[in-house]
Amino acid sequence: MDAKEMVPQEKKEVKRTGEEMRPGPVFIPAVDILENQNEIMILADMPGVDGKDVDIDLRNDILTIRGPVSPVEDEKEVSVYREYSWGDYFRQFTLAEVIDQGKISAKMDNGVLRLNLPKKEKVKPKKIEVSVS
Amino acid sequence: MAVIRWQTGPGEFPESASDFDRLRQGMEWLLDSFGSPSPGFTSRVFPSINVTEDKDYYYLRAELPGLRSEELDISVVGNQVSIRGERKIPVEKGEFNYHRREREDGGFRRTISLPMEIDSDKVSAEMKKGILKVTLPKHEKTKPRKIQITANK
Repeated sequence: MDAKEMVPQEKKEVKRTGEEMRPGPVFIPAVDILENQNEIMILADMPGVDGKDVDIDLRNDILTIRGPVSPVEDEKEVSVYREYSWGDYFRQFTLAEVIDQGKISAKMDNGVLRLNLPKKEKVKPKKIEVSVS
Repeated sequence: MAVIRWQTGPGEFPESASDFDRLRQGMEWLLDSFGSPSPGFTSRVFPSINVTEDKDYYYLRAELPGLRSEELDISVVGNQVSIRGERKIPVEKGEFNYHRREREDGGFRRTISLPMEIDSDKVSAEMKKGILKVTLPKHEKTKPRKIQITANK
């Protein structure tokens, strides 16, 4: 198989600011940000997050994404080998475009969040007729 | 007199930095490139794997967002579990420009050796919310057997 080899990435941890809700590490999800004429699309890798638990907040041009993770390991499970830790996902962006908040759509599929942010339609400038007497 | 320019590597610093700062930053850059790993260093392989156990099973978990079970290949031989696959990130329709591209795609392969032998016939795996969970029953013959002690009358 000549498929390109993946370049491994460590999970990026958020530096604590003291404002978090729950104890434990918080991670920054890897994202792809795409834009066309009509919308901004954000795709975020947040494995372990349930669609109904994702929190998306947009105010003052700041977009905040929170993806809580519920524990996957049963109480009776004992750790044998651990390469990564569990934790909620959190990321913030400043948006340059004005978004039509009512039309934002979000979908979670297999640990990937797809967030569509349609741009607010720009009001066309009104042509002002000048009457000549 | 020769003027020596310090090689400073990625990242600029303001002109007002003293020569001592420049020297220190230059040295730190060299250490990052060739020195010991920084704290928090994790194994540089994908995907990261956690293994837990209870009395009868091993549980292997890996974070594989966006992977479909058809794109994964899991095999078990003796006490070794191999996970192989390829993540494909589809091109989005709609003539998009990318502002950021952080998510990786490509092929991966990992093999983990477990402490005890596994009953390969009864291994099961599920993919949920982008997390792969492989349930591996410990082989009967390697499970510790309770030994009866007969009392001598």
